[in-house]
Amino acid sequence: MSEPELAHAGLNLGNTGALTQDQAENAIFGFWIFLMSDAVIFALLFATYGTMIASTVGGPTPASEFKLLPAFVETLLLLTSSATFGRATIAMKYDEPRRVLFGWLGTTLGLGLVFLALEANDFATMFAHGAYPMRSGFLSSFFALVGLHGLHVAVACFWLVVMVAQVCAYGLDARVRINLLRLGLFWHLLDIVWIAIFSVVYLQGNIG
Amino acid sequence: MTVSVPLWPAMLGRFGWQDLPFVRAWENPTISEIIGAFAGALVVVGAVVVAALLTRYGKWRYLWTEWLTSLDHKKIGIMYIVVAFVMLSRALVEAVLMRMQQAVAIENPGFLSPDHFGQLFSTHGSIMIFFMAMPFLTGMINYVLPLQIGARDMAFPWANSIALWLMIGAAGLMMASLVVGEFSTGGWSGYPPYTERAFSPGVGVDYWIWAVALGSVGSTMAGINIACTVYKLRAPGMRFMRMQMFAWTSLCTSILMIFAMPPLTVATLLLALDRYLGFHFFTNDLGGNMMNYANMFWLFGHPEVYILILPAFGVYSEVVSTFSTKDLYGYTSLVIATMAIAVLSFTVWVHHFFTMGQSANVNAAFGIATMTIGVPTGVKIYDWIWTMFRGEVRFTVPMLYALAFMMTFVLGGFTGIILAMPPLDYLVHNTLFLVAHFHNMLIPGLLYGMLAGYQYWFPKAFGFRLDERWGRIAFTCWVVGFYLAFFPLYVLGASGMARRTQAIFEPSFRPWLYVAGVGAFVLLAALTSLGIQLWVSIRDRAKTRAEAGDPWDGRGLEWSVSAPPPEYNFAVLPLIDGRNPFYDHKHDKGQPDPYASPAAYEDIVVPKGSATSVVIGLAAAVAAFGLIWEIWGLTIVALQVIVAAVVLRSLGRDQHRTIPAAEVAREHEAWLTRVRATPAIPRQLETAGVNRGLAEIVA
Amino acid sequence: MSDRTRELRTYAIGYGLSLVLTVAAFAMVRWPSFGAREIFGGVLALGLVQMAVQFRCFLHISLKRSSRHDLQLILFSTLIIALMVSGTLVILFNLRGRMMG
Repeated sequence: MSEPELAHAGLNLGNTGALTQDQAENAIFGFWIFLMSDAVIFALLFATYGTMIASTVGGPTPASEFKLLPAFVETLLLLTSSATFGRATIAMKYDEPRRVLFGWLGTTLGLGLVFLALEANDFATMFAHGAYPMRSGFLSSFFALVGLHGLHVAVACFWLVVMVAQVCAYGLDARVRINLLRLGLFWHLLDIVWIAIFSVVYLQGNIG
Repeated sequence: MTVSVPLWPAMLGRFGWQDLPFVRAWENPTISEIIGAFAGALVVVGAVVVAALLTRYGKWRYLWTEWLTSLDHKKIGIMYIVVAFVMLSRALVEAVLMRMQQAVAIENPGFLSPDHFGQLFSTHGSIMIFFMAMPFLTGMINYVLPLQIGARDMAFPWANSIALWLMIGAAGLMMASLVVGEFSTGGWSGYPPYTERAFSPGVGVDYWIWAVALGSVGSTMAGINIACTVYKLRAPGMRFMRMQMFAWTSLCTSILMIFAMPPLTVATLLLALDRYLGFHFFTNDLGGNMMNYANMFWLFGHPEVYILILPAFGVYSEVVSTFSTKDLYGYTSLVIATMAIAVLSFTVWVHHFFTMGQSANVNAAFGIATMTIGVPTGVKIYDWIWTMFRGEVRFTVPMLYALAFMMTFVLGGFTGIILAMPPLDYLVHNTLFLVAHFHNMLIPGLLYGMLAGYQYWFPKAFGFRLDERWGRIAFTCWVVGFYLAFFPLYVLGASGMARRTQAIFEPSFRPWLYVAGVGAFVLLAALTSLGIQLWVSIRDRAKTRAEAGDPWDGRGLEWSVSAPPPEYNFAVLPLIDGRNPFYDHKHDKGQPDPYASPAAYEDIVVPKGSATSVVIGLAAAVAAFGLIWEIWGLTIVALQVIVAAVVLRSLGRDQHRTIPAAEVAREHEAWLTRVRATPAIPRQLETAGVNRGLAEIVA
Repeated sequence: MSDRTRELRTYAIGYGLSLVLTVAAFAMVRWPSFGAREIFGGVLALGLVQMAVQFRCFLHISLKRSSRHDLQLILFSTLIIALMVSGTLVILFNLRGRMMG
């Protein structure tokens, strides 16, 4: 049953009534549960990576492939995009002008796309070295893990574009607000998964 | 294992004439091939007959608007169970074929080729778990849960429909494999490296991967839906400790679904990456590690068996309490036991591969954990027995299933404790002993539970009762058939007979295999009896109408509404003041009359039907079909259709309709009038024709 | 301080802390001052702290009543993930140790 107070930050529904408040809580909790099931998928890919990091079969190794600087830049890009999305959420919640909301959403999208471009570039460089997924178990597990994360970021970017279309079509009605919040959860969680990726994959690969 | 010559790669991918079972049977008319062709023909003929009947009776529009596109949890629940029964029929026939082969093929080749036998045990297992058991329990939870917790629907009706259609699409892939191509011979568990391209280059394993992957996504969605429903949609006053036990087991089942399905999705998708893109997760060479697969598969596989059993436990709690005319004994212990089972089920998975090579210490730790998980189940059995003790026990069909379960399941549980000890498991791993054990858990556990639930809630869903006599006949056949078919397997397994064997070379196994073969036919008779029961019940439904909605003097809220319930379940959402509010209000003169007219009615908002969910589920299956046959264009188009459907749905705004208060009032008052005119009957007469759905309250 | 200012501050603190934790982790690896084990442990610890910071500042998970269900869910998920990942690593490393060659 719902609490009388505001159940989720960022969800200023104004006078849209108790029914929508319940629906919002429902929708957001359901999305949290989905995110947790997604987290389990990533966790298993991490575990797989952990068991296959040594399966280099005389081919490329973490030390030979993972460069610190690109990983650092990508981390900053994604982290900043997470913060800019948060700023966009505040713009939505406090009814700031539409162009402010679009500005912050656009910045988030831009940062996300640059992240993807850099990552694609990284992959291309690795392929050029002969470090492609079919080369070894280690590389298979790397590309599955980081590739799946990249795929999620791409989906989030697409979703962001759809959200802008929704705002244009319907304004910030209850459903659009709930959807923006869910996208926010998704975006923040992808940054949290990236923390694990840069720690376990890129940093671990460069130790010793 | 056939790899045919592609006919037209640009449009049909790797399809060739040899992929049709009819062509194979024509070119090589062995009994094995003819059976395969017959099965394929049956699928085609079946589809044509259904389409013809729908056209003949002009029911296409009705089917589409009232059922297929419906977002109503009750309709979705019924559709799930219909699919479950259809797939049960197929998988049971496959079992009969395998039993016949094993009875016949003792020092002779039998009538099924090794490849065909391999496909049979793979489809049998995959169908029974993913397309019989999961839909059956998901459907049952879908139907009953919102009614029990006083909600109007599940938390996410559209996602509910998508989950259903993903499952239907995946089941469609299973059926398609009978008509075009072949199925995997790698078992329901699909272990690599046998299931890698190197050893299984045909389409079979691909059918398996995508059917299971789609099913697993659907089940994850269903789990999310169920958990959110229980957390957020309980009626006012229904605290967690006031829920019915079926609602508790539904919650714990959903938690297992949410966390156990992802490992399966990962395992199958990584295998797909190996097969399609040449990755090396589980290959023999270049750093692959097949043991990773076994570990990941059973991270899913163990909680999966608890997903299968917990809803059945929930049904038994309801049934035993109702038909013992007594409140459940030890409600709190039942709740704690359920939660303990849910958590512990994530700590025992290694017992499925004790022999894979881990050290004795690792095995011992998991062996101890496995034995521990037997304890909460034991607590439940005792609770049910104590519920019956000094109760007024009525031996209706659901209660008969519950009693048979208690006795038979416990025997299987003992063999589970045997298997939990690594040194003993080493002797019987992958023998028929194991096969006997898990069927001993699944049939008396899951299947009897689902059949009991089917019998118990059928009058609620359809407004008339199932025939009791044919129910008894079916029950007898299920029990006798189970013992005959599976107890000999314990002896055979302990004697060393391996599982999944197409030919036997030990003549002393013969008598046991004969008995098991007879048992399979008795089970087939049981299934047939259920079919006859349904036909007789529909034919005689005028005599067993139960529109008042409470034929068994039930406890839960689901019995407080009409049978069938209105689309919105409750005219007025109930206020909950105890653990058995409906029962207490019926039986306690001081409580408000549960059949009193409400003070006021309100408009009710319900979701409209949606075609997008049907499109998404079926398009996913089409995309998978494209991947299986390497018709890449088909896959790309289907994926775009899915994205478009999701975006379209998100941009839609006219997705609900309002039922005005006056209409709600009219429907509800009409039902209340019927209830007041219904004679209340004592429990002794509940299976007789006079039971019109209203129980007599004895002071 | 208005709600809006408070929220802006929370995001800013989250961002700032995350930056510091990220730079610290990268610095530990770029300019190693300890053994490999300690560095990896440090990196993981910094990562976990940063995850907690982001859960708190960006995702608004706290001990408040309103986020109680979410917190329960996250803790339970963490338990299951810990069981699955640690179990997998223990078993697979045990198997590797027992393989020949």
